[in-house]
Amino acid sequence: MRKATLILDDGTRFCGHSFGAFRNIGGEVVFNTAMTGYPESLTDPSYAGQIMVLTYPLIGNYGVPANDLWESTQIHAEALIVSDYSEDYSHWNAKESLGDWLKREQRPAITGIDTRALTRLLRERGVMMGRIEIEGVEDTSLDLDYGVINYVETVSCQDIIRYNEGAEERVVLIDCGVKTNIIRCLMKRGVEIIRVPWDYDFNSLDFDGLLISNGPGNPDNCQVTVNHIQRAMQNNKPVFGICMGNQLLAKASGATVYKLKYGHRSHNQPVRMVGTERCFITSQNHGYAVDGTTLNEEWLPLFENMNDGSNEGIRHRYKPWFSVQFHPEAAAGPTDTEFLFDEFIKLL
Amino acid sequence: MARYSIKKVLLLGSGALKIGEAGEFDYSGSQALKALKEEGIETVLINPNIATVQTSEGIADNVYFLPVTPYFVERVVDKERPDAILLSFGGQTALNCGVELYEKGVLARYNIQVLGTPVQAIIDTEDREKFVQRLDEIGVKTIRSEAVCNTEQARCAAVRLGYPVIIRAAYALGGLGSGFCDDEQELDALCEKAFSFSSQVLVEKSLKGWKEIEYEVVRDRYDNCITVCNMENFDPLGVHTGESIVVAPSQTLSNSEYHKLRELAIRIIRHIGIVGECNVQYALDPESEDYRVIEVNARLSRSSALASKATGYPLAFIAAKLSLGYGLFDLENTVTKSTSAFFEPALDYVVCKIPRWDLGKFHGVEREIGSSMKSVGEVMAIGRTFEEAIQKGLRMIGQGMHGFVENQELKITDIDKALREPTDKRIFVISKALRAGYTVEQIHSLTKIDKWFLHKLHNIMETSKQLHAHHTLQTIPIGLLYKAKLQGFSDFQIARAIGLDDMEQGSLKIREYRKAFGVLPVVKQIDTLAAEYPAQTNYLYLTYSGTEDEVEYADDHRSVIVLGSGAYRIGSSVEFDWCSVQALNTIRKDGYRSVMINYNPETVSTDYDICDRLYFDELTFERVMDIIEKEHPHGVIVSTGGQIPNNLAMQLDNLDVPILGTSAASIDNAEDRDKFSAMLDRIGVDQPEWRALTSMEDIAAFIDKVGFPVLVRPSYVLSGAAMNVCSNNDELNRFLKLAANVSKKHPVVVSRFIENAKEIEMDAVAQNGEIIAYAISEHIEFAGVHSGDATIQFPPQKTYIETIRRIKRISRKIAEELRISGPFNIQYLARDNDIKVIECNLRASRSFPFVSKVLKLNFIDLATRIMLGKKVEKPFKNLFDIDYVGIKASQFSFNRLQNADPVLGVDMASTGEVGCLGEDTQCAILKAMLSVGYRIPKKNILLSTGDAKQKVEMLSAAHLLQQKGYSLFATGGTSRYLTENGIPNTLVYWPNEKSQPQALDLLHRKEIDMVVNIPKDLTTGELDNGYRIRRAAVDLNIPLFTNARLASAFISAFCTLSVDDLIIKSWAEYENENKC
Repeated sequence: MRKATLILDDGTRFCGHSFGAFRNIGGEVVFNTAMTGYPESLTDPSYAGQIMVLTYPLIGNYGVPANDLWESTQIHAEALIVSDYSEDYSHWNAKESLGDWLKREQRPAITGIDTRALTRLLRERGVMMGRIEIEGVEDTSLDLDYGVINYVETVSCQDIIRYNEGAEERVVLIDCGVKTNIIRCLMKRGVEIIRVPWDYDFNSLDFDGLLISNGPGNPDNCQVTVNHIQRAMQNNKPVFGICMGNQLLAKASGATVYKLKYGHRSHNQPVRMVGTERCFITSQNHGYAVDGTTLNEEWLPLFENMNDGSNEGIRHRYKPWFSVQFHPEAAAGPTDTEFLFDEFIKLL
Repeated sequence: MARYSIKKVLLLGSGALKIGEAGEFDYSGSQALKALKEEGIETVLINPNIATVQTSEGIADNVYFLPVTPYFVERVVDKERPDAILLSFGGQTALNCGVELYEKGVLARYNIQVLGTPVQAIIDTEDREKFVQRLDEIGVKTIRSEAVCNTEQARCAAVRLGYPVIIRAAYALGGLGSGFCDDEQELDALCEKAFSFSSQVLVEKSLKGWKEIEYEVVRDRYDNCITVCNMENFDPLGVHTGESIVVAPSQTLSNSEYHKLRELAIRIIRHIGIVGECNVQYALDPESEDYRVIEVNARLSRSSALASKATGYPLAFIAAKLSLGYGLFDLENTVTKSTSAFFEPALDYVVCKIPRWDLGKFHGVEREIGSSMKSVGEVMAIGRTFEEAIQKGLRMIGQGMHGFVENQELKITDIDKALREPTDKRIFVISKALRAGYTVEQIHSLTKIDKWFLHKLHNIMETSKQLHAHHTLQTIPIGLLYKAKLQGFSDFQIARAIGLDDMEQGSLKIREYRKAFGVLPVVKQIDTLAAEYPAQTNYLYLTYSGTEDEVEYADDHRSVIVLGSGAYRIGSSVEFDWCSVQALNTIRKDGYRSVMINYNPETVSTDYDICDRLYFDELTFERVMDIIEKEHPHGVIVSTGGQIPNNLAMQLDNLDVPILGTSAASIDNAEDRDKFSAMLDRIGVDQPEWRALTSMEDIAAFIDKVGFPVLVRPSYVLSGAAMNVCSNNDELNRFLKLAANVSKKHPVVVSRFIENAKEIEMDAVAQNGEIIAYAISEHIEFAGVHSGDATIQFPPQKTYIETIRRIKRISRKIAEELRISGPFNIQYLARDNDIKVIECNLRASRSFPFVSKVLKLNFIDLATRIMLGKKVEKPFKNLFDIDYVGIKASQFSFNRLQNADPVLGVDMASTGEVGCLGEDTQCAILKAMLSVGYRIPKKNILLSTGDAKQKVEMLSAAHLLQQKGYSLFATGGTSRYLTENGIPNTLVYWPNEKSQPQALDLLHRKEIDMVVNIPKDLTTGELDNGYRIRRAAVDLNIPLFTNARLASAFISAFCTLSVDDLIIKSWAEYENENKC
């Protein structure tokens, strides 16, 4: 195996061995504490622009399944960093090894890194940019700034795609980088889905509800989407936002969004439905959050994070508009909050 | 935050440790009591297990050393009048007892609230039919079985269910008559056998080869649920989860499988209505996402203890709080202290649990492992690679193995068979197979173990082969050395792989070499959140997969390291955990930093709350040194954790590690038979004659001198028990041929065996050679029964004052000669005031918690203060001040060990013990015997009372039985003897005699309530008459005595005393009354 090094912006170096593509790349280095679901996470468009560090050390165990089980059509994370890559995999639905897949998708990957030490560093100093250098590969990486690049633009669909055509109710799905399982969750509930590009003005379409998807990067890059949402809010159609969708709905309502020190990326984030005794374990993947203190009097917090108190969802006081910062569609992660899709469908 | 208003809670413990119910319930009960104490609730604990931490001072407010049976619990309830009861912290024992109390209406009558999971929910999970029905209601699949009454019905059922199927005889104990069948032919054969045991047979779909997965689930009364941990069995279905190697988290499950089973677990816990914790076990098809629920345990379990240790999430503590009415959102994460208890731990390491078996201790036991549990303990290893974790674990089980490779060659004739039919050695068979060139595919097809695990084991073998290619240290590339360490190779393994001959020196050479190249382990924290949040956690392990220590060492020399006792096994269990915990408490109290090294997930000493730093890691010399080199401790305590730390003393001392208390040289002088013997001669202390002999001729010559019987201890054991008493040449020859190998390399120690001698224990604490406190106790049985199996009485009731005086005098001499500072134990033989020393251990013994608690004087606290160099005063308390009696009785688990001969001898066989207090011997012995599962017989008693001496011994007991109106049944010689002595009895015939009535028939017809069967001598033919009667008694759950002195003591107790006469007094009441 070739030597490979992760070099953080603060100069810290972590050395290991390459098990992916021989390419030098850069990206925002983030950690994820989930213990399963690397195929889902890697194909989650929200990871575009990021180098994913997995804290669970043993990765690759069950290989990679066929693409119908992915969260999009390709790997979106820029690169993968693990402690102990398992070259030999074993699973009935595996099609290939993780290493082969990463190579095919042109993504570098490093094994043999003390991912716990790396995580502690990111936790203390905050997420930062980093680049991967692989032995014998010429350095072609550019100096990137994660916050200013519009990753949504790169992962959103180009044209309108319709699913379940002819169903009784129609939902417009703004694709900021939608995960396939959001589409599966809607399909299962029998509605027609009109998936539109992130910057498409859907207000001219005939629809019963609006779902704003997850997506990568800084929500400030999606002002055009916010404008469209604001226009949609002039009528009373139900709106449901997920992850970036939560941030965009919040911005549309006038609240502000800020960047977390090191984000929430895991399958074990506890949230509480505000004002109730109902708590849920959620799957999360976000670096930005809604500042709950900036909600105007028409809006209420819907969920809050039980670990750090950050906002995990908002709802309108009277209108059928709500959104969550976590992923009710799971994949990967716990399925406890899938009922929110039912809540949304009921409103249509 | 709405806590129920409860003032006083009764908690039921699990009693003596037994196979299937061990130390994990001391841990869960202690946690629950701590949770209640925090709330200011008064607690009452019933648990006869006197060696536990939960029955120590300051944990529960009132402790009753009484049997956990409905009768005694009701009597305690009547006295204490608690508001509420906790049933789920004391294993199946407490749960069954609680259900019975509920069904009898006792709980309602005394208006006692059952906290946590409602009893109906417990019943729903325990009753197979109700369980299936309840899960059907929510569309959850269970394993189907059909009850049939003849072979024809069985065939039809098998066709309906589809082969392979399992046949189980209904109402048969110990899996009697059960087995797997692949086709009708096998089914017919098994049915014939099964119907001979039972009129009803269950035919069950076999899922042999499916993955076995467990989830630990928590629910609060607001319906909030979490799964704290999932675990995957290395061995596929067919091997009981208690017998399987288990990893956490699951390794071969995809996200979809993981969360499908998680969602089901939550659906189940909600539907059943658990409040607190439960465990769900699944079978998962290795070729699809199809699954079946195997069972649900509506209580804390062995798995939940493992999950707590594996994740850092204190399940029992949280479950206790939830049972008081809290929501999960009210409680904090006890590791981070800043985040919520409503979360699911994220692990950034892998843990590996490996069972510890002691099957070699039993005559005739089957080595196969399968659907019932035989292991006596377990270890948990933590690593950041699977290879590291499993190799650590295989060393931890302490059966002479150094990891997955570089062990002594295993002799196996048929590797295929040994792979296909799992035994306690299977993991090592896999090692042998890989070495022999078997592929992962081949091994998988024979074992059905997931290929992922096998690939990992293959990696270890590959590294071993690479190492084998080198014959000197200097040629090993550093990369290879580092890779070996990443995969958990010990220095010893590396030394052996490259062929170094002196292993102790060789290992040290490897150590020095790799240290010079900076190949060192790092210390990592277990923080429940994979470093996402800062945690001030002291829960640590070492790994080579890392670049930095997470502990900042102050280098203040304030650490005192206590070495723990490792896996529970026969001969070392919860008593040493108690000792370790007491030592930690004292270290902390005295202002030092208490540091624990141990790896047994069932213990309290591995609760990170109990010390300032917990290293959940190996107790090998290598790992202990790694830790010492980081901690730079003030000192190390090797005398509270049993034999494992004791054995490390010399090696540590050689590297100038400060050993606290008695010096390593003195420990060696006591451990080394020759040195110790020479010392006894020098100070004029007597011991039974002994010799280490290397040929049959020498043995014969020695026996000519001392005469039979002799005690024979081979240094190399082929099979069966490690020592034996031989009464004649036949027995001697048979034993030496069968079990041992006499040679220059493997000498046999032969000692004179003194018959009908009393065995007396001296447990004591000394300071600079002066005894500060001591406790002398006597065995009820004569010498010849291992002290760990014997029934022990303290204070002694039948020992001459002169004997006691002499024992004190000798003990003083030995303490002085060895300059003992700390705990020690000496075992004596006494006959007519003639005293001989048989053993001396310069460490705490098994009976320390027992004597400490009876005397209410904490010997370990005292010893620890001495070891820390504090000046202690002699306590004003000794055995003559006590006007009550403590009896320690042993718990056996023969019912779990199919075919083992349930007879007691010089090798220990018990798995646990209890200690009860009474006004006199009879009160105490009655409580103690009832606590270890004996019942007072109703009517019929079967006697075969051994040789002439033992027949005499039993005569007065037989008289008592007759006077009490019991009907006596006796075999030939015994019957004759009883008749001659005027005791009416019915003659019954041995199994090999054709006449009627047959002893075995009476047993099978359940016409006998108690069996006294005393073997004529201490060797045991495998299939003799006595064995068949003893074994039938065990299999049919009929109380069995094999020792005349113990049988007499019990008979005398229940014939002169009724249980209703027993006074129900708490531990504190005995102590207080003593004061006046």
